[in-house]
Amino acid sequence: MTLAIHAFDLSKRYLLGQQSSGYELLSERLRTIGRRPQETREEFWALRDVSFDLEVGETLGVVGHNGAGKSTLLKILSRVTTPTRGGADLNGRVGALLEVGTGFHAELTGAENVYLNGAILGMRRAEIARHFDEIVEFAGIEQFINTPVKRYSSGMYMRLAFAVAAHLEPEILIVDEVLSVGDIAFQEKCVTRMREIARDGRTVLFVSHNIAAVASLCRRSIMLESGRLVADGPTSDVIERFVESVRADVEVPLAERTDRQGTGRLRFRDVETFVDGRATDTVVSGDDVDVVVSYDVEGPPIQDVGFSVSVSTMLGRLMLNLDSRLIRRSFSTVGGSGQLVCRIPRLPLPIGGYTLTLYAYVGGEVLDRVERAATLTVLHDSGEDDNGLALPSETLGVLIDYDWSAA
Amino acid sequence: MHPAAADQTAPPSPEVSHQVRIRPPTRWGVNRLSDLWPYRELVYFLAKRDVQVRYRQSVVGLGWVLLQPIALMGIFTLVFSRFVGVGSEGIPYPVFALAGITVWLFVAQAIGQTANSLVSEANLVSKVFFPRLIVPVARVLALLVDLVAVALLLIVVSLIVQGVPGIAVLTLPLWLLMAGLFALGAGLLAATLNVRYRDVGVVIPLVLQVGLFVTPVAYPASLVTGVWQVLIALNPAASCITGVRWALFGTEAPDAVALAVSIVVTIVLLTGATLYFTRSEQHFADVI
Repeated sequence: MTLAIHAFDLSKRYLLGQQSSGYELLSERLRTIGRRPQETREEFWALRDVSFDLEVGETLGVVGHNGAGKSTLLKILSRVTTPTRGGADLNGRVGALLEVGTGFHAELTGAENVYLNGAILGMRRAEIARHFDEIVEFAGIEQFINTPVKRYSSGMYMRLAFAVAAHLEPEILIVDEVLSVGDIAFQEKCVTRMREIARDGRTVLFVSHNIAAVASLCRRSIMLESGRLVADGPTSDVIERFVESVRADVEVPLAERTDRQGTGRLRFRDVETFVDGRATDTVVSGDDVDVVVSYDVEGPPIQDVGFSVSVSTMLGRLMLNLDSRLIRRSFSTVGGSGQLVCRIPRLPLPIGGYTLTLYAYVGGEVLDRVERAATLTVLHDSGEDDNGLALPSETLGVLIDYDWSAA
Repeated sequence: MHPAAADQTAPPSPEVSHQVRIRPPTRWGVNRLSDLWPYRELVYFLAKRDVQVRYRQSVVGLGWVLLQPIALMGIFTLVFSRFVGVGSEGIPYPVFALAGITVWLFVAQAIGQTANSLVSEANLVSKVFFPRLIVPVARVLALLVDLVAVALLLIVVSLIVQGVPGIAVLTLPLWLLMAGLFALGAGLLAATLNVRYRDVGVVIPLVLQVGLFVTPVAYPASLVTGVWQVLIALNPAASCITGVRWALFGTEAPDAVALAVSIVVTIVLLTGATLYFTRSEQHFADVI
């Protein structure tokens, strides 16, 4: 077999300035001319010595937690940015989809955007014309194709954007998490389309948080962790490795976790889940669960802090987002340390393993954000507790308040 | 049946290289100018988008494009001709001013928009690969459409005022082309600096305002004498304006030495800026 992608020692270094973005101010630069050389900026390796080969027609999944280097790898392979070291050889026409709807303009009609977006994605005008009817049909927006997209619903917009991308005909397709858009029916359509592309003998590199989608599309996967390639093999093995890494993260005490984002003016120290006043990380659907978070504040008190606990499946699918701002609650810290309770009456989740992500912010500032801060396991009802019941996991439905009675 | 349906088996985009080598940045950039050719359709679509959006957003459309130079012409006539008494080389002052305004507005808008083009398309630059030079080039092309519209107005005016112009009118496209190349060069330089040093975007409008007065837009270049003539020679926009007036109205031709210097400045600026741009573009996605 011939190789579609040969990547060797791919590494990418970013220099961290004082600002989060890379640009500077010329006035600042001129002011410091002739003085001592700039203090050395902090280095950050987003990707380190990543090597892999991909044969023509193979479909490879790329998994990893946020910040593992997935996006950087994709950006290098799609030539948006360059590697600091190493390299890659790609044999075939490359189509990269790092985002759907890149370059869409609100003032232009659907049809005009199809041509513009197609050109941006590297399609020829003749190619777009050939597929035009299919694209419009795929998106299901025939009547609105001559309407400016600013009048579209967000669903229509995303469907049209994906439809253009789905009709790219590259030999190597690089896709980043675009399947997470649209309704379920549309998502299925997208997965089907990706499968068709793979079946056509084209090479696909697919990156997603949604490991279930990766598992259904890719026989082989690689996993990145802190920029390094830590697993390469059958997707089922890689998923096992992924779940293991979640458990390993949780075992580190929260206060000692270093894989956190934010300014750190406020830091989460601890998180515990309680049922009926008893600390436990195994619960039953329908339990009243209290999530208790403890935090420390360094420096002056902070006004109007929004807190959020979000619950995702082990494989990264977001299930609940319990943001205090969504219910118009924010808190002012008095400085020092504090504790908050997020109460979930009648936990609606089905059986399975979950992770909790903690997030605190004020205005646009991220104070602290820790993913996979704790795990929560929803078990079968033990039978002793009248409160709980077993919601079968395979449905992935949720439990809500409801009632049955004779009519 | 769709006419294109017959060649469905034809490989798409035969010009796009099928072998992609990804390597760390080199000192002189990874893209050559020849890499632009496969992307000519993207240039067309981006330029078309700019034009479509500009004309669709405003109710008056084309009227808006003509309104700006006409309004400026009015105020210049009042201030420079009536109040100050600036000469206009023997042709009616409003027409004289309009010629300068046409060229200057194009140059100023092209430089200003090109300088901001990458930053305003940051999303495109950080998500999709294409030679970055396409973005500023498309901006200038889109503005050429406006320029043609205003130039047609100018030609109509010259027919009314002067009657049939002389043979020199054939050089008109050359002056406009030179103005476009100069603006592209200056814009590329500014755009590259703007990605890295974001305050450059703030300085540009100031520079352009000064430019309006040091360029002979409202007054004839012949008014500038002595050592100040260097300023005119080094400013290709000045030669373009004098050239347009000469082509349309038969006023004094641009000074040969000044013109030669202007052409050299344009070429050096455009070449230098393109090299600087292509050298820097490998880092754009990281810093933008």
